[in-house]
Amino acid sequence: MNKFSSSTLGLLGLAAVLLCLPLLLPNSFYFDVAIRIAINAVVAIGLNLLIGYTGQISLGHAGFFGLGAYASAILTSQYGWPPAVALLAAAAGIAVLAMLVARPVLRLKGHYLAMATLGLGVIVTIVLTNESAFTGGPDGMAVPAFTLAGWEIAGEQAWYAVCATALLLMAWAATNLINAPGGRALQAIHGSEIAAFSVGVDVTAMKVRVFVLSAVIASVMGSLSAHYVGFISPGIAGFQHSIELVTMVVLGGMASVFGSIVGAAVLTLLPQLLSTLEGWETVAFGLVLMASMIFLPKGIVPTLRARLRRRAA
Amino acid sequence: MLAQFLQFLFSGLTVGATYALAALGFAIIYNASGVINFAQGEFIMLGGMAAVALAALGLPLPVAIVLAIGVAALVGAIVEKCAIEPAGRADVVPLIIITIGAALVLRGLVQVVFGKGTHALPAFSGEQPFVIAGATLLPQSLWVLGVAAVVVAALGWFFGRTAYGKAMLATSHNRLAAELVGINTKSVLLLSFVLSGALGAVGGVLLAPITYTSYDVGIMLGLKGFVAATLGGLGSGVGAVVGGLLLGVLEAMTAGYISSAYKDAMPFVLILLVLFVMPNGLFGRKSSDRV
Repeated sequence: MNKFSSSTLGLLGLAAVLLCLPLLLPNSFYFDVAIRIAINAVVAIGLNLLIGYTGQISLGHAGFFGLGAYASAILTSQYGWPPAVALLAAAAGIAVLAMLVARPVLRLKGHYLAMATLGLGVIVTIVLTNESAFTGGPDGMAVPAFTLAGWEIAGEQAWYAVCATALLLMAWAATNLINAPGGRALQAIHGSEIAAFSVGVDVTAMKVRVFVLSAVIASVMGSLSAHYVGFISPGIAGFQHSIELVTMVVLGGMASVFGSIVGAAVLTLLPQLLSTLEGWETVAFGLVLMASMIFLPKGIVPTLRARLRRRAA
Repeated sequence: MLAQFLQFLFSGLTVGATYALAALGFAIIYNASGVINFAQGEFIMLGGMAAVALAALGLPLPVAIVLAIGVAALVGAIVEKCAIEPAGRADVVPLIIITIGAALVLRGLVQVVFGKGTHALPAFSGEQPFVIAGATLLPQSLWVLGVAAVVVAALGWFFGRTAYGKAMLATSHNRLAAELVGINTKSVLLLSFVLSGALGAVGGVLLAPITYTSYDVGIMLGLKGFVAATLGGLGSGVGAVVGGLLLGVLEAMTAGYISSAYKDAMPFVLILLVLFVMPNGLFGRKSSDRV
């Protein structure tokens, strides 16, 4: 089976699952979980383009998610902007910001790159915590509902429709991108920057573009998530959230679009399952992180795919 | 003016010495294995919390402190055996996630056992401050600086003069070559975690009487230790010490002269600026890739 048809099949399968899911979800609690999974999955796919395909780590992507969320919240609640305009303005602002930091940051490699991106995220969190006149400080702030031309997205089912559509669009765009010349260039950079450069790939420009793209995706989903939940606090931009996003990418499978969806589902469901372990959630979460990376270092989807292929052969 | 400056300098050097110890822990593990150990901050927390708990059991303070450092060294060994060794030669990102998982387990366990409260350790030799040119210096600060200096000197001797230390250095330069001349690189890896656990705990114990301790102090201390290690150049011992002291002083000066709310942000602003100009830190070896 060639690459083209397998990704088309995957997209059709995803569409089918997203369409059937509402019939199976018994109540709004499950809808809520599904919405959160979809939001995380979109961010994770964007991050996977950077980490899995291009080979550049970011330990600060929650910072962009948080900035998008807060920009939307502040522009709509304090300046009365329409939510859609605020969302686009936030995304544009993040694009400019990401473009400014991308060049010096992406010159770094390995742990130095990890340090720099981690630093960006931490700085964002501290600013959001301290500028309480705008952000409400550590207590967070309320966010008004999302309205577009007089129509308000209200209730879990409407939000599910929005987020499922976003996920399908993202998965479609990502699979198209990675099979296009630009996507092949990204994967060449992951293989060897120098080799990619020597066959004419503008390595720096490609890295900057994919960094900005993944940051903008995080920002847009941050904005949507803020309107959906109706409340935000600086934790959403924090180090822990960044790590969760990276873990979704790695656990699902680096360089696997559908892996990111699986990773997002596991990491979003896990705290729900662990919440019954009163007091021991952190310990259990840590153990699961360690065990999954030790036993599935390649991620769930690539491991399963390799096993299926072995059986077929 | 001078008194105020000295005051900030003293408190900066005190905290900076702890960052330096944490950064040395990062450097030792990084050299032995190429792993950035995100559980380093939890070793600092463990040292402080274990000392508090053991002292509360009625043990004399010096005994409690020595035992606490031992506990952290043991935990370092356990982390290496249960988390790092089974992972084998995993990639950078999975290893980062594994050490973060280990950090969560340690933090979670301490929280389950001791709760979320803040604890203090009594100062080692009283609270009566010295006055130097109008600035006050706590005896505990002298303990921090003195012990940190002794530890740095001991590490210098260990890596420069002993067979074990030289074996660790050899492993950091080239693991395969080290194995070929008969160095047991597995035990080097284990030793590096034991040493880092002990180093972190020393910092935690020294700092606990000044800043108090709780289950979650390791997060920020660990991240700042990572900043200090990167600032000096990953794997450089001198760099770790200079980086730690520099961070501590910068933070204290920011808190004193600019804004105490933004003191925690300064290390991260500094590291970004430094890396933009010097991508391998202040003392880092310039890396070149073979193609």
